[in-house]
Amino acid sequence: MNSIILSAVLGVIMMFSGLFLKKSSSIHVLAILGMILLLVVAIQDMSGMHYFPVETHNMLYFDVFGLLVNCTIFSCTLAYFMLNARDITSVGHNPGEYFALIFFVLCGISIATSFNSLLMLFLSIEIISIPLYILTGSDKRNLKSNEASLKYFLMGAFSTGLMLLGIAFIYGATDRGSFFLEDIASSRSMGSAMMTTGLILLLCSLAFKVSAAPFHFWTPDVYDGAPTVFTSFMATIVKAGLFIAFIRLFKDAFGDAKGVWQPFMIIITVATLFIGNITAVFQQSVKRMLAYSSIAQVGFMLFALLSLNSLAQEGILLYITVYSISTIGLFAVLTRMKDLSFEGFNGLANKEPLLAATAAIFLLSLAGIPLTGGFLAKYYMIASVMQTNHLLWLVIFALLCAAVSVYYYFRVIQAMYFKDGDPQSPAVTPAFKILLVILAGAVILLGIAPQLLTDRLYIIYI
Amino acid sequence: MVPVLLIGIPLLGGLIGFSLKDIAAKGWSLLISLLVLAVILFGISLPSESSSLLFNVPWMGSLNSHFAIGLDGTGKILCLLTAIAFPVIFISTWSETYARAKNFYSLMLLSLTGLLGVFLAADALLFYFFWELALIPVYFLASQWGGEKRIAATFKFFIYTFLGSLMMLVAIIYIYFHTRDHSFSRNSFYNAHLLIQGETQSWLFWLMFVAFAVKMPIFPFHTWQPDTYEQAPTAVTMVLSGVMVKMGVFGVLRWLAPVLPLGTYLWGDTVSTLCIIGMIYASLIAMRQNDLKRLVAYSSIAHMGLMCLAIFATTRAGLEGVNIQMFNHGINIIGLWIIVYLIEKQFGTRKISELGGLASTAPVLTMMMVVITLANVALPLTNAFIGEFLMFTGIFLSKATSYNVVFTVTAAITVILSAVYMLNMIQRVFYGETNALTARGIDARGYEKWILALLVVIILAVGVYPQPLIRLTEDSVNLLLSKMFTRPT
Repeated sequence: MNSIILSAVLGVIMMFSGLFLKKSSSIHVLAILGMILLLVVAIQDMSGMHYFPVETHNMLYFDVFGLLVNCTIFSCTLAYFMLNARDITSVGHNPGEYFALIFFVLCGISIATSFNSLLMLFLSIEIISIPLYILTGSDKRNLKSNEASLKYFLMGAFSTGLMLLGIAFIYGATDRGSFFLEDIASSRSMGSAMMTTGLILLLCSLAFKVSAAPFHFWTPDVYDGAPTVFTSFMATIVKAGLFIAFIRLFKDAFGDAKGVWQPFMIIITVATLFIGNITAVFQQSVKRMLAYSSIAQVGFMLFALLSLNSLAQEGILLYITVYSISTIGLFAVLTRMKDLSFEGFNGLANKEPLLAATAAIFLLSLAGIPLTGGFLAKYYMIASVMQTNHLLWLVIFALLCAAVSVYYYFRVIQAMYFKDGDPQSPAVTPAFKILLVILAGAVILLGIAPQLLTDRLYIIYI
Repeated sequence: MVPVLLIGIPLLGGLIGFSLKDIAAKGWSLLISLLVLAVILFGISLPSESSSLLFNVPWMGSLNSHFAIGLDGTGKILCLLTAIAFPVIFISTWSETYARAKNFYSLMLLSLTGLLGVFLAADALLFYFFWELALIPVYFLASQWGGEKRIAATFKFFIYTFLGSLMMLVAIIYIYFHTRDHSFSRNSFYNAHLLIQGETQSWLFWLMFVAFAVKMPIFPFHTWQPDTYEQAPTAVTMVLSGVMVKMGVFGVLRWLAPVLPLGTYLWGDTVSTLCIIGMIYASLIAMRQNDLKRLVAYSSIAHMGLMCLAIFATTRAGLEGVNIQMFNHGINIIGLWIIVYLIEKQFGTRKISELGGLASTAPVLTMMMVVITLANVALPLTNAFIGEFLMFTGIFLSKATSYNVVFTVTAAITVILSAVYMLNMIQRVFYGETNALTARGIDARGYEKWILALLVVIILAVGVYPQPLIRLTEDSVNLLLSKMFTRPT
């Protein structure tokens, strides 16, 4: 509860900060301080210090997993703020509002990690989505940004409609009409036509939100059109939050009816892996490549939904953390580059060795090379599926796709290290470099000792 | 303690190396590699029951993976080879100046770490980690300092090996779930085959074997190799062909044959046939090569094929032969690369047709080359004779296949073919008339002479008295024979 209320309050504070703080630098300092406060409060929530005792009537249910996800998501956002604060404030004239919108999104994510009722799920997804539509279009003078925003809004509204319809079907199919997850799970009509229809509709709309194929068509355009800083936010933190909601819903409400939705999920997983990876190969711009790679990575995350066991829970936590850190770091480097094509990276290693080295670590992690967190994240996903489902062909297919992904991630490494060129020198401060090194260190640390993160799931707090 | 030092010294050395000055890096890496050699010699001198040869701490708790490393049998001989190879490589390419030298030498030390880790790992997941760790630095080395077409060639190499190792990962996870105690430890893996059905073993075998076959390389997974050897800088080519290809053989010996004995037995004939095809195919291509580097590359494919063939024969002689031949082949091929490197440095070409008559201008170099070549074609009194003789005996006596005679005869043809292309090369490069290019040639210089002489001494010493090396791997051979299957009589 701490994080839900505090993030909303912080959002309001940031909204009015523009009235009192004239300098944009003081606004981003305020945002970073607010984020640190939010992170501290979220951590205290885990150790039993609840500052806002609100009776939620079982609409929200706080467990270690959800709270831990909140903490990792807030840590990633903190890193994101510290790396990108200046770029966020330079997108437009009202820097305070961008931070406000981001805090509202975080509020939505905190609900998404703790909902226990479909109503709350719907609310959280809307709270996440609406600020995102605005952020996408925040570069007002840029036509591409406007187009992306409109496209995202139209498609998003459509998928929200589907979700509502699905919720209505499920409500009708439960024994006495209920939105609560446990009522749905214990309902006698599980497997009936009405329940299945609702389930499929929910599945489709959530697949849309996490940009799984074949509901991914908005992703490249929106990610490409949105200002790069916000693309970074959408592709990592938001996606992670939505994915946790996805897992929560299917684990708690439909965990026993796997047979009904698993075939659909398998099709979605295969399509996502295939389309994401193959299309990413043909991209000419690194930004667009990362958009498709984010689709491809979702393909691997979907493995957690296929297995839904304890290994999957540990794995998805590791996956979203490592994926978010790597992608945030990579986008931070990307925002400093003038030329976003692959050629723009030529010879970066000679000019900015540290920047290139950290970017290389992030890319290796995304490609899933051992010693980086990305490898173990993929390992957990594969192992979790092999433990429960024995979908070996799917595992092998996914690994073939991972080998394809090496191709496009390594194109950036090849450009940075093996090709000669004269990239325009990106303007970076020492603080920025230190942060990148810390993030790269975190990726490697999680690749050697994942238990630092996953064991937190099993610590019982008083 | 010994294995920890073996991994820790080059790892720290490599990491420190990145912060050194370019001039200091060369000496620093030589020092580190000599230190590693000293440690391994100390490790080998210890009795094999010594507890300081093992190290085991829990690593990733929830996965039940241990950081378990140990020095034994096949690992000993390959660690020794690796530890000899690196100083030899550093010294023989001493006069080379690389751009960003500190990065080059640090990456070399990191690849040394990975290689030693592969040979020491006693935990399947750790093995996989080191397997990749050895690959990444070599990829960067070859792509950054290689020839003109380096990026495409090494990327092909990377994709091949990466895809292979991913398949191995699936197999490792599968076996992990079928061990009794859900553990990655070597012991659990060695007992897992009792719980895995023959049919399952037979496809698991291929998932694992692909990874090793790409590394060795076995026909038809070999196509990355000549291009990569040609494009990589010579120092890296020496690492690749001298040590890294042994990872494939080692993988089969330690993580495939004893883990999936039934699968190994069932596919033995198929793999052996592939080996034979590859050996003859590579030998024939080697005969037509005009480029020295490519010739050595193809000869390497032929020799590795024989080693793989001998493993699947499942006999004591064959396995002893494989173990000792891995060492010998490493020494011989590094010697060949050094001479190719010296020739290319001096004349700026590797084309056999453009060279000739080196014997009159460079007698010492020629003498060394002749000895190493004779060793490569397995003449008696040289090291490779011991290895190949043991392997042929093993294949001939094999009880795992009913085609042992066919395999022996066809494999023996490649020995003749190898003599044809190697001696032909000697004749055209070193004897005959000198031409305008080679008339101004000079002989090998001081330290180059000494390093080649050292290799020749090793070649002859092992050729005359191989017993210590054979005894080194006795425990591994016994373990393998107790696990692997032969045809019921």
